[in-house]
Amino acid sequence: MIPLSWYLILAALLFGIGLFGVLARKNVIAILLGIELMLNAVNINLLAFWRYLTPGDVTAQIFTVMVFVVAAAEVAVGLALVISVWRKRDTAYADELDMLKW
Amino acid sequence: MEPIQIVFLIGAALVLGSAVMVVTRRNLIHAALFLILTLSGVAMIFVLLEAFYWAVIQVVVYIGAIAILIIMAIMVTRNVTGDTVKPFNNMAVWAAMLSVVASGSLIWALSYWPAFDQTAPVADTGEYVIRLLGLELFSAEGYLIPTMIASVLLLAALIAAIKSAFPISQEEE
Amino acid sequence: MQFLEDPVLWIAEWLREVLLGWGASELVTNMTLNFLGAFVVGAMIMVIFILLTWIERKAAARFQDRIGPNRVGPFGLIQPIADAVKMLTKEDTRPKGADVVGYVLAPIVSVFSVLMTWAVVPFTQKWIGADLSVGVMYVAAAGSFGIVAVLLAGWSSNNKYSLIGAFRGVAQLISYEVPLFLSLLVPVFLARSMGVNDIITSQTAVLFAIPWLNIPIRGFFVLAAPLSVVIYFISSLAEVGRAPFDLIEAESELVAGYHVEYSGMKFGLFQAAEFLHSFTFAALMALMFFGGWQGPWVGTNNLTGWLLGGFYFMLKTFFFYMMVMWSRLTFPRIRIDQMMNLNWKFMVPVSLVLLMGMPLIDYGLRGQELWLKYLVLFLFNLIVGLIAFAWAARADRRVKTHTRVRFEGRPVAVMPQAPAAAEDETAG
Repeated sequence: MIPLSWYLILAALLFGIGLFGVLARKNVIAILLGIELMLNAVNINLLAFWRYLTPGDVTAQIFTVMVFVVAAAEVAVGLALVISVWRKRDTAYADELDMLKW
Repeated sequence: MEPIQIVFLIGAALVLGSAVMVVTRRNLIHAALFLILTLSGVAMIFVLLEAFYWAVIQVVVYIGAIAILIIMAIMVTRNVTGDTVKPFNNMAVWAAMLSVVASGSLIWALSYWPAFDQTAPVADTGEYVIRLLGLELFSAEGYLIPTMIASVLLLAALIAAIKSAFPISQEEE
Repeated sequence: MQFLEDPVLWIAEWLREVLLGWGASELVTNMTLNFLGAFVVGAMIMVIFILLTWIERKAAARFQDRIGPNRVGPFGLIQPIADAVKMLTKEDTRPKGADVVGYVLAPIVSVFSVLMTWAVVPFTQKWIGADLSVGVMYVAAAGSFGIVAVLLAGWSSNNKYSLIGAFRGVAQLISYEVPLFLSLLVPVFLARSMGVNDIITSQTAVLFAIPWLNIPIRGFFVLAAPLSVVIYFISSLAEVGRAPFDLIEAESELVAGYHVEYSGMKFGLFQAAEFLHSFTFAALMALMFFGGWQGPWVGTNNLTGWLLGGFYFMLKTFFFYMMVMWSRLTFPRIRIDQMMNLNWKFMVPVSLVLLMGMPLIDYGLRGQELWLKYLVLFLFNLIVGLIAFAWAARADRRVKTHTRVRFEGRPVAVMPQAPAAAEDETAG
């Protein structure tokens, strides 16, 4: 049998990798990829808790539904913004989008 | 070591290895393709958790929609010099340290939790759970209002995405 | 156990005993048998592909008043083998600057996505790879790998035409997935299950018997949801990218679409994926709406169960495959705006109306006789269909009278300009 800890460690490591992607990458789309990794780590955690702690209850799965919905909405809007910015400013790098700096 | 544990380790190695490639690849298309590999690995982990429904949904939503959308966005916005620029910003070392600290402290904090090494109880995880999930999602005593809010969010995201990605017409400018 | 009752199970049991006799552990035996089963199903599908190419060529020839292949073997039956030899001996080219891994991986993923589907297809009542409780969703999941393959092939060949073809392909495939799976949800709701075998067994219910002959009419879902079948069929045509929806590889515009740079066996794999995709969708149509392995005299008796069941399933599948080919060889290719309009302005709304209206009717008629339910659902489908077609015909007339395609001069190549916003900045 696989203990719960394995899943939690996997999710924590995946979350860390995603966090690194969000903090360190320059391209906006790469940052979105990092966010996807973090959301996946959250999903692994939620479903592991569901299976190991409350298998008769579906509350954790409801949260997973919400994570999926948020992920889909976030990617749709985020990529639309990236494309819009690309049209206006011809760049997709987060450090070059500095119109608000002075 | 039991065979199921070996399967888990293969899946975990797939997930983590390709996730590292996602955040370090210079070529964004490669990063997105590795993201597909990561998502497949996560679907495999879901199968091991006996959440078959979620494994399938993972493939449909993440690989079939989100990953495809990301790849298309990369293709649309690809700079000619995009592949030669350094992919990381100046704070990459600090970011790496911070993420190591973050996941390390998560694991450390969780390891003091009594249920950390729990094994899975025997439970009915088949069609019954999907039925229950559907009932809970759409019953007024359950989670009807969150479901409604989520659907409104999706609608708003749809409209917002179309509006903001639409090319601005000449008259407006 | 008798061999004739269930040969597959008999062979499996025999193999299990042999393996256990050799001293293999339970786990190794099970895994070996599972791999073997998957291999047999996959190999069988690939063999069917060989047959499909022959049928395709022969049928296309007949539709075009030709004879078709008739030199190699009787009725040209060995022609597919000759084709395969030609494919294998062709030079395996790779364009300069291609992304090697993606270029090689794309055809494999493409075939993989089709073969995956067959894991949940029941050939007879018992011969099913895995009777998943989420079978229909699994089919959707398998299909989404096909989109990845299209995008991968188009991008990695480092060719403008293939990239445009891939963009078009993805737009078409993602769009038509919506009505496809909305119409597949209708049988799911009628059967109250997402398992493929459950859907088939819930089509066994007898509506009524023809009085004198005592032939029972079974409640196939096509009787309750004929419009869903139409929508499913049209969107599956689009999903496999065959005429009239072959904009993905419109030869006159895009040379050959996303697989323009592929040659030899890699191209052969793409072709296999296309043919098998059509075949798979035909099989799913037979399973979801036409009762799969069911038919007259398919009883509980084991011999007739597998023999007739498999025969009926294959018969229905090949019939629908012939329909796919019929439409392919009859209709001209539609334009890309027509393709999008048909999907988003016609099929998606209609399938949404069906998906919302049919459960309401079903709920309103709960506790009633089954035939009454089917009758009302059928009438509902008919009315929705008539209204939708009348509306679409009216809209089509309006478009025809008011807009006219004008010739606006010869398209000329222009230098690509920098985006307008960047220019404004430098000027200001």
